[in-house]
This record gives sequence, structure tokens and C-alpha cells, in this order.
Amino acid sequence: MICNFFRLSKNKILNYITYIYLAVIRGTPLIVQIFIFYYGIVNIIVLSPFWAGVAALSIHNGAYITEIFRGAIQSIDRGQMEAARSLGMTYFLAMRRIILPQAFKRSIPPLGNQFIIGLKDSSLVAYVTLMDLWGTGMNIAYNSFKVLETYIVVGLYYLVLVLFFSYFVNKVEKKLEVDIKK
Amino acid sequence: MMKIKKLNKFFGELHVLKDIDLEIKRGEVIVIIGASGCGKSTLLRCLNFLEIFDSGEIWIKGEKIDPKKDNLNKVRENVGMVFQRFNLFPHKTAIENVAEALIHVKKYEKEEAFKIAKKLLEKVKLLERANNYPSQLSGGEMQRVAIARVLAMKPDIMLIDEPTSSLDPELIDEVLQTMKSLANEGVTMLVVTHEMGFAREMADRVIVMDGGKIIEEGSPDEIFDRPEKERTREFLSKIL
Ligand SMILES: Nc1ncnc2c1ncn2[C@@H]1O[C@H](COP(=O)(O)OP(=O)(O)OP(=O)(O)O)[C@@H](O)[C@H]1O
Ligand SMILES: [Mg+2]
Repeated sequence: MICNFFRLSKNKILNYITYIYLAVIRGTPLIVQIFIFYYGIVNIIVLSPFWAGVAALSIHNGAYITEIFRGAIQSIDRGQMEAARSLGMTYFLAMRRIILPQAFKRSIPPLGNQFIIGLKDSSLVAYVTLMDLWGTGMNIAYNSFKVLETYIVVGLYYLVLVLFFSYFVNKVEKKLEVDIKK
Repeated sequence: MMKIKKLNKFFGELHVLKDIDLEIKRGEVIVIIGASGCGKSTLLRCLNFLEIFDSGEIWIKGEKIDPKKDNLNKVRENVGMVFQRFNLFPHKTAIENVAEALIHVKKYEKEEAFKIAKKLLEKVKLLERANNYPSQLSGGEMQRVAIARVLAMKPDIMLIDEPTSSLDPELIDEVLQTMKSLANEGVTMLVVTHEMGFAREMADRVIVMDGGKIIEEGSPDEIFDRPEKERTREFLSKIL
């Protein structure tokens, strides 16, 4: 996922590959991507259902995370790069020491959001067959016929996970707030 | 110290710098004035290669700089730049801002770098603000930190672009004082400013730019009291 900084690079080929990747991933429904991984790719490379699900989710979220980082990097004032360069820093040093730390802080709120979406998207993977929370719920529901109750419990589990995670993201944001202002 | 010959710069069709010739001696303080958009900032930016000139020559300490071949990072280490909008690193404290390039460009030990940074903050009278982040500083304080940050590199020349024009009036003086003390220490400076008091008192030479050209140059008295060009007079009447 990290190597998706490709998009920002000046290299035309890397940039083009990333562009297609982003267009395809963001232009097609996640459920289709999961199906392709689960029924398609598994035939080409040996991949357990679990890892097929993980791969689909990572590639899917990777696209969005790339865009979050790109947006954050581009939102950093041009003067920052200029000041860094004018002190004799190389482009990469300036990126590493000056631009990325600021961009990373700025991308924490949308990243947190994306992780929560990703967390909930994991239920789709389950839908395709895996036995994660949602899958287990379906099994229990079918076996016990208490369909509604079981789904509510599953929903609550997700809610707890998401709330816990939101709380954590909030904490991190607060902690970084001191120097994030301007 | 620095010599500029027939420098030209275009932005697309726009001819921003036209045959600029300028020689800067060691220890000299040169003030550039001119109407908005006449190319003052562009000239400074060309001199530390944030913009690359299209034709002409730049010589620094007897060496002609070739932007294609020479290591511009090395050149920039010795040509400091102070920006109108400070451009401090907001995720670093005042002292970290000053020490940053010492540690990562000059490769000083951390301890040594912070010792130097501390001395420089003392010099710009901001020692007690060393551990504040830029967001906790006033504009004048930020600009003084920015000056200290450049001083840390011990540049041969400092390019200073409208250092006070984004400051509240009551904060301008502290920055000008800092610059005066540097000038008195013999720091070579090329300053774009419309602070006539500073120019009169400190400048060895004043340069008037108009439409991408240097139209007049001379001592502060010559330029301010007996300008030769009509354009200069027009401009001065507007800002005085
Ligand atoms: N990156 C750029 N791309 C295109 N045009 C530019 C760029 N930078 C500056 N210009 C143009 O070049 C001309 C000179 O700009 P410059 O910033 O050097 O003027 P200035 O004398 O510093 O003005 P001011 O007093 O307003 O700061 C202006 O017409 C400006 O619009
Ligand atoms: Mg300007």
C-alpha cells in the first residue's frame, strides 16, 4: 500500500499504472472485486479463502488510502518544500523530514474514517463465504432461527469495534493537535 | 561575491526578468524596490535556484553555476532565503526549526546543532520561545526564527523577500532591528522591501526594478532624493 506514492512521482509509467489501478478499484463495487479474488485469482495462484479476502480488502482500501495520502501531501503549502529546499535539503530529505510528517498528521482523520469503512467492508468478504463475525452470525441465525436477534448482536459487535476504533483515532488526533494548527 | 550577467527568465510567454546585470560584493546590503509584479521575487528565487533562469549567467564566489550540472543543493546551502510568509516548519519547535538543516544537511551531531541553534535564537532575542511551536508565535517572532534558521547555515548571502509585509505594523520594527544587527555584522544581504527607513539607513545600494528590468541604481540618497527616472519618481510618490 505504501508504495502507492507512485501516483505522486514524476515517472510516467508508474504514474499511469497507479492511475489505472485507482480507476479500476474505485470504479467497480467491492463485492465484484471480492468475487474476482475469491473465484478468479484463487485459480491462478494458490490462495486460501482467508487470504483471498485479505488481499481483496487490502487492494481495495489501498486505493482509497493512496488518494487520502495524495490529497494530504498536496494540501501542504508549497512554501514548505521551498523553505526546505532553500536550506539545501534534497527533494527526498525534504519529503521525509518536512512534507510527509505534516501530511501524515493531516491524513489521520480521513484514514481513521477509511479504516472504519474497511472494518465494515469486511462483512462483505464474509458474505462471500468466510466465517468472520458476519459469517458466524449467518450460521448461527440459520441454525437457531433467531434471525433478527442474531443480526442485531452482530451489528452490536461491529458497533463496539467501530466505536472503540473511533475513540482511539480521536485520542491520536488530540495528541497531535498541539502542533497541527497552521 | 555574486555576479549576475544578462539574466532572463520567462514564465511561458511572460518575460519576467530582462537582461538583469548585478554584482554583489561581500558585506554589501542591497535593497530592491519596484512595483508589484515587476519581478523582484522572481529575481531572488532565481538566485537560489528555486526557479531556473532561461539565459544568462550566475557566478558565486568566482564560480559559474550551471543548473544542469552543479549540485544545486550545495549551492542553496550557501544562499539563504527568508520568505514573506516565513514558511517555518509547523510540526517543529522554534529551536528544532533552526537545528533541522544543521543536523540533516550539515550532518552536525544533535547536541552541537542544538547548541548553535540556541545561540542563534539568543541572537534574534527569542531564547525563551525556543520550545514553542510556530503556531504559538507572533508573526514577528516567526520571521526572526526564520532568519535564525537561515543564519544557522552560515550562508554567503541572504536573500530576503519582503520580510515585513505580512506583519502587523507594531511587529515590523523587531524584524528590521534583527536585520540591522546582521547588516552591522557584515552579513551580505539582498533585500526586497518597501521599508524606506531601513533602506535609507542600511542600504549600500538601492536598485529600482520596473517591468523586469533594473531601471536605476544608486545610493539611498541618490534614489530617494534625486531619482533620475520618471518611473522611479512615480513609484516613490506612491509608497512614501
Ligand atoms: N510560477 C509562476 N508562473 C507564472 N507566472 C509567474 C510565476 N511567478 C510569478 N509569475 C509572474 O511573474 C511576474 C513577476 O512576479 P514576481 O512575484 O517576481 O513579482 P514581484 O515584483 O515580487 O511582485 P510583488 O511585489 O507583488 O511581490 C508577475 O507578473 C507574476 O504574475
Ligand atoms: Mg514578490
